[in-house]
Amino acid sequence: MRDRDKVIRLIYAAVDEINETLPQERQVTKSVETVLFGRSSTLESLDLVGLIVSLEEKLQEEFDTSFTLADERAMSQQRSPFRNIGTLADYISEF
Amino acid sequence: MDDAQTMVITGTRKGIGRYLVEYYAARGWQVIGCSREPVDFSLPNYEHYCLSVSDESAVSTMFAAIRKKHGRLDVLINNAGIASMNHVLLTPIRTVQDILNTNVVGTFLFCREAAKLMRKHRYGRIVNFATVATPLKLEGEAMYAASKAAVESLTQVLSRELADFGITVNAVGPTPVKTDLIRSVPQEKMTALINRQAIRRYGEFQDISNAIDFFIRPESDFVTGQILYLGGV
Repeated sequence: MRDRDKVIRLIYAAVDEINETLPQERQVTKSVETVLFGRSSTLESLDLVGLIVSLEEKLQEEFDTSFTLADERAMSQQRSPFRNIGTLADYISEF
Repeated sequence: MDDAQTMVITGTRKGIGRYLVEYYAARGWQVIGCSREPVDFSLPNYEHYCLSVSDESAVSTMFAAIRKKHGRLDVLINNAGIASMNHVLLTPIRTVQDILNTNVVGTFLFCREAAKLMRKHRYGRIVNFATVATPLKLEGEAMYAASKAAVESLTQVLSRELADFGITVNAVGPTPVKTDLIRSVPQEKMTALINRQAIRRYGEFQDISNAIDFFIRPESDFVTGQILYLGGV
């Protein structure tokens, strides 16, 4: 188990990074309810790839172990952990 | 962190890999190499990692260290590769697995980890190693040729997936070069193979670095997904 608040801070840091590359109208809000993929997300598929890679790096630096977030375990779940920032934080906390 | 242009080359203990280290280090590149065994040389702007290129955890740790130390990666040269001259009916499955692990899995892993680092600066050059054995349908090299056909396919698909990050992905396909890779191949086989080239001679190390130089030039930012066979194959 990992500290969920710490994980959320790292997700927000990755969001800050991705926001630097996005236009004003597609900025990602830092909230646990922010939808990360699907129709109501402001992220395009390549932005989501960038967000995940950036988050993996931050997690690796913080916890000193390597993470592959989009693995079979994540993809085989009936409800994707990438639905929103809160579900992603839950998923990583239990990693 | 440093400002020197940084390059990763795999399979640097001997042969083409070692030549490429010396060639690019002499031109001011910060070169990072790897091989299963330690190297018996040292250069001021060269650092070495001992690992198997298909070991995901070791490769990931190597790239985490590069990110921390250099903060950038400009070029990846996926040179590490193995071959095994054998008739298909006499090829052990262990040989098949070793060839696929080094040539395909290794190339994939290094492309993936390198691209993660390159995307930060929206710039990168990846050069993979193909071979003329694939287009020549070389008998006795079924798995080697097939593994390099996979590398070609990987090169072409990645060129599309990574284009938006400013990363080009190309491959050089050398003819036989006098290295350990072809040491066990009979001379008459080599002569027959070289006779199928438009330019009938062994490849030299310089032929390969010349093709790589072209791919990694900043001006080659409109060249991607290409397989460049040497010798007129």
